[in-house]
Amino acid sequence: MARIELNHLAHQYAPGGDYALQPMQHVWEDGGAYALLGPSGCGKTTLLNIISGLLQPSEGRVMFGERDVTTLPPEQRNIGQVFQFPVIYDTMSVFDNLAFPLRNRKLGEDYVERRVTHIAGMLGLEDVLKRRANNLTADAKQKISLGRGLVREDVAAVLFDEPLTVIDPHLKWQLRRKLREVHEQLNLTLVYVTHDQTEALTFADKVVVMLAGQVLQVGTPQALFERPEHTFVGYFIGSPGMNFLDCQVDGSHAVVDGERIPVDPAMAEAARTAGGLLQLGIRPGLIRPAGADEPGLTVKVDKVEDLGDYELVTGHLGQHQIHVRLEQSEKIGSDGLRVVFPTENALLYADDKLVG
Amino acid sequence: MEKREYQWAWLMVLPVVLVVAFSAIMPLMTVVNYSVQDIFGPDSRFFVGTEWFKEVLRDPQLHGALIRQIIFSAAVLLIQIPLGIGLALCLPKKGPWVSVSLVLLALPLLVPWNVVGTIWQVFARPDVGLAGVFLNSIGLDYNYTGDSVDAWVTVLVMDVWHWTSLVILLCYAGLQAIPDAFYQAARIDGASRWAVFRYIELPKLKGVLLIAILLRFIFSFRIYAEPFVLTGGGPGNATTFLSQRLTTMAVGQFDLGPAAAFSLVYFLIILLFSYVFYLTILNMDREG
Repeated sequence: MARIELNHLAHQYAPGGDYALQPMQHVWEDGGAYALLGPSGCGKTTLLNIISGLLQPSEGRVMFGERDVTTLPPEQRNIGQVFQFPVIYDTMSVFDNLAFPLRNRKLGEDYVERRVTHIAGMLGLEDVLKRRANNLTADAKQKISLGRGLVREDVAAVLFDEPLTVIDPHLKWQLRRKLREVHEQLNLTLVYVTHDQTEALTFADKVVVMLAGQVLQVGTPQALFERPEHTFVGYFIGSPGMNFLDCQVDGSHAVVDGERIPVDPAMAEAARTAGGLLQLGIRPGLIRPAGADEPGLTVKVDKVEDLGDYELVTGHLGQHQIHVRLEQSEKIGSDGLRVVFPTENALLYADDKLVG
Repeated sequence: MEKREYQWAWLMVLPVVLVVAFSAIMPLMTVVNYSVQDIFGPDSRFFVGTEWFKEVLRDPQLHGALIRQIIFSAAVLLIQIPLGIGLALCLPKKGPWVSVSLVLLALPLLVPWNVVGTIWQVFARPDVGLAGVFLNSIGLDYNYTGDSVDAWVTVLVMDVWHWTSLVILLCYAGLQAIPDAFYQAARIDGASRWAVFRYIELPKLKGVLLIAILLRFIFSFRIYAEPFVLTGGGPGNATTFLSQRLTTMAVGQFDLGPAAAFSLVYFLIILLFSYVFYLTILNMDREG
């Protein structure tokens, strides 16, 4: 068990080249479940490899608790890692696979037997312990990979590199739930890399959103949803992402193509001070239809998609495209959809960063 | 409708059937034909049944050649397969040296087989050859034309020089295909170098090793040109292998019947061994 501290960490693959990871300073708490979320090439796997020790950072330090592990190889770091596709030792039985990390460390066979049985029970592998690992399904193989990480009692953190990529969709949630269970039972620090927001949001206590080698926001799934600190976070999380409308600020109103939308006065003040390119951001699900005699904004409707339990309206507010999530479609009038942006849900961004 | 499609399919493979018939089946049938007849001339031939097969199977010269052949092929596999795997593991995985080493390794494979024999015949000569003179100068009494052990060693070393590259190249390709994640997982699991080889590299090389062993077995079992040029099968019969014995019989003594019978037996032996290798390696996957 350990908390992971990234001290002024940065990485360039070639000296003087571009930063694959921009300098960062983070502390990940002991026993937390963290997801690294971002599009392909954002540096999340680089960061994971630095934590696991497969890569040495060109700048800064990695601390596990009080221990500086920056220069230590993976085998001395007490971590487990689960890779994108199952990595198992084909010729060994499931038992031998799970016992491998312990036997390599020359632990007694009694102890190995006890530990492997315990972990196999936890992962639901007890029935296949004697089978050849090669003949199992992909999700069982991923459990074996995970088991090889968990079997060591000294393991400080388990790292996951998009571990559900090759798993059948209907088994994904099962495996994810198994991960949550293991996390609750063992209270390990888990770091989970993915580009799938559903995976990240359901798995993690804290999600680390990355873009182009930079950490944009670290927060709970709720915080990322309600108060994205960067327009990319708003756009990347949620389906569809947040609406962003270019605006000016006048008093305590945001002005979008002539329409005046009331916002939080303190936020409006902060936006004026910040300057730069101003945008109004609001989640499609947090826009509500206007009441009968309530003043509202008129959205010209282009398309309505029925997505089962809700309807997604794609339309225009002035020049800007906008998405609105509706419970029912009756509220769309002949001249368009009249909506209200609740003040507490309308956020202002200056040069892509949340103000206030 | 379906039936017509099938007829078309047969028509489509007809060219291949014809080519195979001319190149393989018809010559093979000729040999089968010869093997059951005693032929004196175009118009005088007698059916002899299994006579030639019986004679061939009792021929002590052939027994000797067969035993030498089996020992030779076994030695070739025992030396070249481990050596090839070992050298493949030592090759650089990336960088400019990769292409340099691959080209250097491929060179022996590009040399025509009788030229290989000629090269080693000169190279190993005790009077003027570099290797021969060197070995004698350090006190070894080396002479491959006179001493059967020396001849054997020379033929073996020549074959190792000629063919180990093939095993190396196959294994190297197999090693390159192993994803990095396996090595990373092994590091995290604290595996020793030997464990990485035993539990990751060797199992993943199984497919290419099957090819390597089959090819090396077949090539070595029908080896002809190199020992023929190097030692001419001597001294005595010490390095006379099956194909050379067969050539002597068919072309030298013109015993077409026995030679044909022998060819068939020879062919069946190679087929049998190859099948056994194939099954063994295939079954390694299924146990447990």
